[in-house]
Amino acid sequence: MTSFTLNGADVILDLPDHATLLHALRGPLGLSSPRFGCGAEQCGSCMVLLDGKPAYACALGMDAVAGRKIVTVEGLGSDGAPHSLQAAFVAEQAGQCGYCLSGMLISAAALLAANPDPDEDAIRTAMEPHLCRCGSHNRIIRAIRRAAREMAA
Amino acid sequence: MSHGFGAALKVDDGKPRLPGSLHLNRRLSQWLHVRADGVVEVKPGKVELGQGILTALAQIAADELDVAPERIRIISVVTPDSPDEAVTSGSLSVQDSGSAIRHASADARRIFLSVAAQRSGVAFEAVTVTDGDFIGPHGKIGSYWQFGDAGLLEVEASPEARAKPMEARRLVGISAPRRDLPGKLHGAPAYVHDLRLPGMLHARIIRPNARGAVLEALADGPLPGDARLVRDGNFLAVLASTEWDAEAAATRIATRAQWQEAVTLPEQAQLADWLRDAATRGERKVTEERDADIPAAVHRLKRSFHRPYLAHASIGPSCAVARFDGDRVEVFSHTQGPYNLRTDIAKTLRCAPEKVIVRHMEGAGCYGHNGADDVALEAVLIARAAEGKPVRLLWSRADELGWAPFSPAMLVDIEASAAADGSLLGWHAEVISNGHSGRPGRSPVPTLLAASQLAEPFPVQPSINPPLAAGGGAERNAIPGYRIPKLHVATTRLLDMPIRTSALRGLGATLNVWAVESVMDEMAALVGEDPLTYRLRHLDDARGRAVLEKVAGMAGWQGRETREGFGFGIAYARYKNTGAYAAVIAEVEARERIFCRRLWIAGDCGEVVNPDGAANQLEGGAIHGASIALVEEVRFDRQRITSDSWESFPILRFSEVPKVDVALINRPEAPFLGAGEASLAPTIAAIAGGIHAALGARPRQLPFSAENIAKAG
Repeated sequence: MTSFTLNGADVILDLPDHATLLHALRGPLGLSSPRFGCGAEQCGSCMVLLDGKPAYACALGMDAVAGRKIVTVEGLGSDGAPHSLQAAFVAEQAGQCGYCLSGMLISAAALLAANPDPDEDAIRTAMEPHLCRCGSHNRIIRAIRRAAREMAA
Repeated sequence: MSHGFGAALKVDDGKPRLPGSLHLNRRLSQWLHVRADGVVEVKPGKVELGQGILTALAQIAADELDVAPERIRIISVVTPDSPDEAVTSGSLSVQDSGSAIRHASADARRIFLSVAAQRSGVAFEAVTVTDGDFIGPHGKIGSYWQFGDAGLLEVEASPEARAKPMEARRLVGISAPRRDLPGKLHGAPAYVHDLRLPGMLHARIIRPNARGAVLEALADGPLPGDARLVRDGNFLAVLASTEWDAEAAATRIATRAQWQEAVTLPEQAQLADWLRDAATRGERKVTEERDADIPAAVHRLKRSFHRPYLAHASIGPSCAVARFDGDRVEVFSHTQGPYNLRTDIAKTLRCAPEKVIVRHMEGAGCYGHNGADDVALEAVLIARAAEGKPVRLLWSRADELGWAPFSPAMLVDIEASAAADGSLLGWHAEVISNGHSGRPGRSPVPTLLAASQLAEPFPVQPSINPPLAAGGGAERNAIPGYRIPKLHVATTRLLDMPIRTSALRGLGATLNVWAVESVMDEMAALVGEDPLTYRLRHLDDARGRAVLEKVAGMAGWQGRETREGFGFGIAYARYKNTGAYAAVIAEVEARERIFCRRLWIAGDCGEVVNPDGAANQLEGGAIHGASIALVEEVRFDRQRITSDSWESFPILRFSEVPKVDVALINRPEAPFLGAGEASLAPTIAAIAGGIHAALGARPRQLPFSAENIAKAG
């Protein structure tokens, strides 16, 4: 049995050792935002917040999350009350296919929590673990800067 | 019947010409359904690939019908109900589908309005439409919704219908936000990957450990949970109730399988030699021939250019869900061509196409013929063993980078000659490549991966090139857009196909545009002329000149600084020589390797439906091009593809991605030209020019790695 907090709610699961947090989130927990991209910590599609820090859900075993706090995009904001980043990504139309965006939002949220006014280099560094094939990088950078401005306002 | 290369290829069937794909799908009800509850269903045959096409098509329909965009509901493609628009490819979606929907909507508006006018006794000309309400001189006389579900659209489209004049358009030409983005940013299910059906099982594939390997033995042993093996010849898969058990079982079975390997791949280090050798057994065709009496040349250049195999490398691996109901199978797929996929699944199962229902759902971004079709057939094959339960098959990263079709390695030899003042006189180009299309639905036998691995296998056919009228494949953009009196361009399609090849964004243009532009740069240098000036004086097409002049202004080309280690390059192409125009300037920094720091793009996509969407496509295509230019290369040994992870097949990351400025020259009076592919090849060419400006070397081989530049001339 593993218990942890997911988007503020307590969760108890009984999964075998070979199940990952990503399997749990997309399977029994029914979430769609954490996405499978590589299973090897190389693309960032599955990124979630683990006690506030970005972590690859594809590489976390259930043991590793026992007693921890997990936040996914579903926990960042809602349609009615979006996180500043979600609103900023819409405002900048920062995406094409959108498959990578959940992970991007997670790392961006962690960045802004640690550094409310990141410059472009800091943003690029924070987003380095994330791959985007559609070429939305510059829009994503602009969206993160916009969110930072709006959170400071 | 669909020819499968997009409706932009004109079909002469004697019927009155209708715009775009409406010509082959002529009933209005195939495209539009007006509902009594105030919703208009629009049913394109093109699919969302991440390019934002559904947003653009909704704008076109809403504008032409005069309804609020919120009333438009786009119905994703499902066979056999949706119009057959063949494949969503070639930057043709707005041309094919947008033109059809515009005309169908205009015709629908006319039909509804006529009925309302007749019933109310108001003259047709006196009625206007406001968000679907029909307004006469004395107020509302009716609405679309009043006649919704009434079957008024069960007619053939009239060739006489006229779309609104350009100045009356309100929703086309504005940057409407993407309809799909908010959901995707809130974790809503969006992709076929997110489909969850009751009782759904999970599957994974166990690939042969070499290309063409034959399964010799498979040791028995326990599998986790309820996982079980599904096998048909060399096609091996596992099926389990959970993803974790399916994955763990696939890993275990891989260690128990013994494969008889074969040496089937060329020596990568001698790939260019292999291409030349295979060309002696290939099929050579003259692509274009122009004869002229030309004076004796003063300047001559003979150059060769080479590129490796390229991978699609979508961020999400291919995925499909399939379910049998008796002898009928339904498959949820992110295919680009639902009808073509249906054809090849039916051929593989040896059943009638009507027994196969393909439902399109989005996948991760698609840049050509990737694993989407292959995974769909595999899901179907596995679902045969699932007793009617739905089966979700997800490819691994190694499946995606190692087994999806690749864009073929290519070689082009160019000989160009010019007069003393640099004026081009002659041009001879020989393109060598495997075919750029192995898409399903076009060959007598299925082209899908698993079809050749079954116990009763189908033979693998060498891939083909789309006809030049559809833009060509290997020969795409091999004919320079510049004024050259004497010209001979030929293309040799290889019939040996050690690595399965198919379409990737740009097809042959990725190499041909760079090759042409590199020769232009070098010829300009021979006569001491600026690369921009040299291009402009050989370019008769005013729209081509306009994008070059525009981009030069944006980047300050004439006043560009010379900085140690930096260089600027400029390049131009009209995609397929018939599509969108793009000119690109790249700023390159040469350090221990090459970085592209900035890109400026000027594009002319004809009439622009959604300027921000088009700019997004041009920018994304350019970053894709920069990634191909600098780092991308499929690697292999003699048995297998070895670049099957993001470490071994890197793409540009945030720290390496250039800043991009895009300007569009909107031509609302001109036909749609597409946007998705126009900037990619010119970006590669501009980066090559920048490398020469920074280092004095002209690269001859992609990617522009330190190693390949060291071989440069």
